[in-house]
Amino acid sequence: MTISDALGRVVRSRLFFPLVCLALVLLLNVIVTMSTTGSPGPFFQITLTNGALNGPLITILNRSSELVILAVGMTLVVSCSAGTDISVGAVMALSGAVSIWALGFGQLAQNDYHVKEYVVPYAVGLLVALAVGAVCGAWNGFLVSRLKIQPMVATLILYTGGRGAAKVFADGQIDKVDVANYKWLGNFIQDSQGNNLVPIPTAIFIAAAVVVATALVLRHTALGMNIQSVGINSRASRIVGLKSARIILLAYAFCGVCAAVAGIIATSRIGGIDANNCGKMLELDAILAVALGGNSLAGGKFSLTGSVIGAVTIQALTTVLYSINVSADQLPLYKAIVVVIIVILQSPQLRPLLRRGRDGLKRLLPGDRAAAAA
Amino acid sequence: MNLKIKKIALALTGAAMSLSFAACSAGTDSSTDPTRGDDSTVAADDSGYNLVPRDSNGDGLITLGFAQVGAESGWRTANTQSYKDYFVEANGFKLVFLDANQDADKQKQDVRDLIAQGVEVIDLAPVTDSGWEPILQEAKDAGIPLIVSDRQLSVSDDLYLTYFGGNMEEEGKTAVKWLQDYISANNISDPINIVHLQGTIGSTAQKGRTKALDDAAPGNGWNVVYQQTGEFTQAKGQEVMESFLQQGKDFNVIYSENDDMTYGAIDALQAAGKDPKEYIIISFDGNKSAVQMVIDGLIDVIAECDPLLGPQVGALINQAAAGQTIAKVTYSQEGFIDSTNAVEKIKTAFGS
Repeated sequence: MTISDALGRVVRSRLFFPLVCLALVLLLNVIVTMSTTGSPGPFFQITLTNGALNGPLITILNRSSELVILAVGMTLVVSCSAGTDISVGAVMALSGAVSIWALGFGQLAQNDYHVKEYVVPYAVGLLVALAVGAVCGAWNGFLVSRLKIQPMVATLILYTGGRGAAKVFADGQIDKVDVANYKWLGNFIQDSQGNNLVPIPTAIFIAAAVVVATALVLRHTALGMNIQSVGINSRASRIVGLKSARIILLAYAFCGVCAAVAGIIATSRIGGIDANNCGKMLELDAILAVALGGNSLAGGKFSLTGSVIGAVTIQALTTVLYSINVSADQLPLYKAIVVVIIVILQSPQLRPLLRRGRDGLKRLLPGDRAAAAA
Repeated sequence: MNLKIKKIALALTGAAMSLSFAACSAGTDSSTDPTRGDDSTVAADDSGYNLVPRDSNGDGLITLGFAQVGAESGWRTANTQSYKDYFVEANGFKLVFLDANQDADKQKQDVRDLIAQGVEVIDLAPVTDSGWEPILQEAKDAGIPLIVSDRQLSVSDDLYLTYFGGNMEEEGKTAVKWLQDYISANNISDPINIVHLQGTIGSTAQKGRTKALDDAAPGNGWNVVYQQTGEFTQAKGQEVMESFLQQGKDFNVIYSENDDMTYGAIDALQAAGKDPKEYIIISFDGNKSAVQMVIDGLIDVIAECDPLLGPQVGALINQAAAGQTIAKVTYSQEGFIDSTNAVEKIKTAFGS
């Protein structure tokens, strides 16, 4: 095997471009670290202080948890319906609001909108959040699969209405939860003295669990293949006996559950529900993560790993922009510039151009030509 | 139909009233206070605005229509509650409360609804600071005095009774002064490195509070090592603080432009294994949870932006109704909360 053949195989791999993008953004992080501290070391440094692992890499992984989870759900939705679910940010807020409303049931207003102790068990609160996510997702799926409404229009309903409903459940307030274990899922699991029992942010484990569980289910059942075939040709799939509508409904419901899990993490991070801001604009980052992962937004074949890489790339980009003091309100502009570059890199029209360039290069390299002749 | 007739009648009487008032005030001196320069802070009597709150429907109560921004922060919800608590019959008031949910168009409709309902005085806490002239004119034409609160409008001052609210730059100066005093009282000789968490860029609160620090830092030899907006939210404050912490730069002061971002910053410090008590933490607003954190030693000082404005607005309306001259700009009474007065503050302001 020649070098260029091996190289060609790597380049043609689905994950090549997503990985290159991630590497580029990480490189940017390293350069910025070098320019401020004089060496690239601090970027890779992970230290243990007071029972918490610290370091840029940990921060990026921790902060990308919600996005990774949303991207997993979004990938399946995109694959089977060739459309996007733009309601995930609002569903995060709604599931968080309903969950806290349940946890402080009937006592929120008289306690200054603080949950002093759980009225229903914490586990019930979590299940309520997941149920809200599932119902919202199933509603979206029903509109898309049964009523054949365009995905963006169908999910626009909850995109606008979901946040409003969240404010109704939160009574227009920022509801806080004062019980210590409420903050565990978005921060660290602690003992009763407030010392960390696990030095790694809990959200990383949750994101990993969602990714692994989804991947296992898709691999060990026909579901993954069914989703792709529905996305490639929904009619043909129905003719060969797949229940296309049911598969689409399932994918949206699952996406809703993913949004609820992300909502649980986001509310736990701040120990309360800020219905105005929870998950705000995150739906766009989730769609972007899917696209950055090398998945076509026109549906069909998908790569879960790609979406996960895409999500981490976006968070790494956000982190580097923060650390070079780009103001948060200008962040979208810089993100857009990077996205344009990445999307151009991934364009299928660009690849033949690159290949032509590579062939030209090959002709100039005598060693390779000799190898090819042999 | 009925409402429409009422509206027209109201508009007519309003127009007649303003005409007669205009006639009265035609001869008044219209010179402005030279010390104020081009500022809009001039006395009411030369502005051509002569509406005063009064009990026009004779029910013995003054009906206040309050067009509130929304419920976007802890400060805002405390602010709303204070109006609801104060404007009750026992104090001689009735309250009509409308929440714009941060939607400027809805708020304009809200004010029109208040005019149509014939409330006796309007308090407008505007979502945006532009495009209000026609609506203020409508209120004036209807003969309903209008108080602008919380956010100053760049409109001609003969369109409203008075502006009432916090002076954001003054709050910033209060915080800066506290820091100067703290440094000299504790003989701190280390360099002062400040992490500056800004509010939503362009908001009145952000501009005033940022200006105070930006003005003071060079002269005092303070370094602002990081300046980033946390958009007044806890989640963003936490995220921005985390990303700063991983740069590993030295700092000893956090200047956070509202309480919600301060909560987030403290969480980020703790998550990174740092003790918030080792840093000088300056916050703004003074919500109950934040005052409790001052008592617990987590926050060092809060430059107060008192949300409990109901009673002060009530006093202002009573003064105007009694025929007293009201200044065009009235600032709420504010100070700071630190370890010396936090316990007392939580008792008097929050009753616990």
